[in-house]
Amino acid sequence: MTKVYVSTVIGAPAPEIWRVVRDFNGLPNWTPFVAESRIEQNAHPDQIGCIRNFRLKDGGRIRERLLALSDYDLSCTYTILESPMGVEDYIATLSLTPVTDGNRTFAEWQAEFECAPERETALVEQIGNGVFKTALDALKRRFGGG
Amino acid sequence: MVSVRKSTIIDAPVDDVWRTLRDFNGHDRWHPAVAESEIEGGEPTDMIGAVRHFRLADGGELREQLLTLSDKDRTFSYCILEAPFPLMNYVATVRLKPVTDGERTFWEWSSNFDPPARQRDELATLVGEAIYEQGFEAIRAMFGERAREVTVNVVSRAGSERSAPPPRPPEPSPVASATSAGERTGAIVVDRYGGPDELRFREIALPPPGPGEVRIRHHFVGVNFIDVYCRTGYFTLLEPPGVPGMEAAGVVEALGQGVTGLSVGDRIGYACPPVGAYCEARNMAPDLLVRLPDHVSDPIAAAGLLKGITASFLLHEVHPVRAGETLLIHAAAGGVGQLLVQWARRIGARVIATASTDEKAAIATARGADDVIVYSREDFSEAVGRLTDGRGADVIYDAVGKDTFARSLDALAIRGHLVSFGQASGPVGSWDIGDMASKSITVSRPNYGHYSGTTEDLTRHVERFFSAFRQGIVTIEEPTVYELENAAQAHRDLEARLTTGSIVLRV
Repeated sequence: MTKVYVSTVIGAPAPEIWRVVRDFNGLPNWTPFVAESRIEQNAHPDQIGCIRNFRLKDGGRIRERLLALSDYDLSCTYTILESPMGVEDYIATLSLTPVTDGNRTFAEWQAEFECAPERETALVEQIGNGVFKTALDALKRRFGGG
Repeated sequence: MVSVRKSTIIDAPVDDVWRTLRDFNGHDRWHPAVAESEIEGGEPTDMIGAVRHFRLADGGELREQLLTLSDKDRTFSYCILEAPFPLMNYVATVRLKPVTDGERTFWEWSSNFDPPARQRDELATLVGEAIYEQGFEAIRAMFGERAREVTVNVVSRAGSERSAPPPRPPEPSPVASATSAGERTGAIVVDRYGGPDELRFREIALPPPGPGEVRIRHHFVGVNFIDVYCRTGYFTLLEPPGVPGMEAAGVVEALGQGVTGLSVGDRIGYACPPVGAYCEARNMAPDLLVRLPDHVSDPIAAAGLLKGITASFLLHEVHPVRAGETLLIHAAAGGVGQLLVQWARRIGARVIATASTDEKAAIATARGADDVIVYSREDFSEAVGRLTDGRGADVIYDAVGKDTFARSLDALAIRGHLVSFGQASGPVGSWDIGDMASKSITVSRPNYGHYSGTTEDLTRHVERFFSAFRQGIVTIEEPTVYELENAAQAHRDLEARLTTGSIVLRV
């Protein structure tokens, strides 16, 4: 089992950031690498079990199923059904925690997956840096760093 | 039920913050509201179920019990057993997480409790602000201060990474004739091995720093027992005529050819051979120079570097002390002794100390020793037996040597470890190792140079020591100061055991 963990501090209250990231169909609105996204079978994007089908700007297509969404914990968990990355049993969680001191937000994004051993280093870099950190950095540019 | 949840970001790596916070008995070191704290029954601070009994700065007393502690998740929780305010069913959790983009720490402190209705707001404010937010502030100040410091690092000589390092034998610093032209420096010179009177002040030549050397202008020079061994010829680190001393603090005054990573004016200290520190200025290879952070003053560095590095390898490498072990520390009021007592207690060991007088015993007690034996009055080996129900000590740190070695062996527990790291009273003589089988004894005779002679080893010990010093885990008392010219008197007093703590020479 390979694990990736990325976290940062964003300079805005957690509910404000949550409004943006809770939309399971909203990746094109806030990440720099997703070109377009749709929810399959006309489901609502906050229906647990719904599948988002999105295309990366580099052309790759990914399908992910929503496993959990909590407006109480401000967290969202999903699994990859299809992707060009070559990962199995991939489960990721994006969560926000308020930092009471300064009205900021502690944002964490973590994933666990299986992969071919020789691919592990490259995948950790691709997912940790190329996806999670890049997306969180976009939130920091939008809301300010903390 | 009331829930209080506060969180903040600390500008320090999560492992550093965790090291401070996980010590369930350490809050008196950092929380401004806590005056003093102890773990009941002398249990290790990280034992689940341990109870901390502490007094607030305003006099109130509390007892709190550790419920969970996880080094994996960096979290612990605890409940209140007794308190002067009605925080009924209070359970609190401290949780740390790394902020991966910038070596910072997310810290959340939260609790639930059931207050009487009319005190609900007042108690929620007390917990959230007076306890949690004040705690945040104190830790932030502690680590913020550190963040502004120059990080501890050891400067390496340019170009030495690949090529074999130039040999740096522990040669005595050459004492050139002072009659030749050129710069001079005042120095304490040993012309022949002998007593303290052999330490004489005179001027010697000081050549410009050679290639790969730096000139150091000393401010304070550390006096250690090893200097006595050098003076008497027991160690041949010094060959007469030569200048003793292996520890000092000062500034870089000039750079020889090819030295990088240091600038003129940098504050540095060192605690290593070659000998030659008892002087106003000297030239040295920069490999084992340590940059001094702002919170370490020159006299403290000169007094503490060698002892701190020694305490670091004795407690963490010669014998990695574990919580719950029983230690016997001889000469616990001495320089290294005081550090060993404080540090070992914080690791969670039980510390039995010995001292030669009641006055010194009081110092060992003040440093946190659980029990102190005045060995001039009471047989320490018997006392250890009495204090441990006949079990003996798991580890004995003995720098006294001749006078204590035999009885130290007696005081060891089965499979005990005697760490003989000095011989203030004389050489320990020859022993038959066959006798050690009676208790499966381990004896170590560590040599300072073998534990701190490389940049890597040295850096590890210096960082560990400075970190412990900054956190208040170990304290270095202001040393007793003698003028450089009076080095002989400093040695006399050291050998006569008239001193406690450390001695430095002022330049």
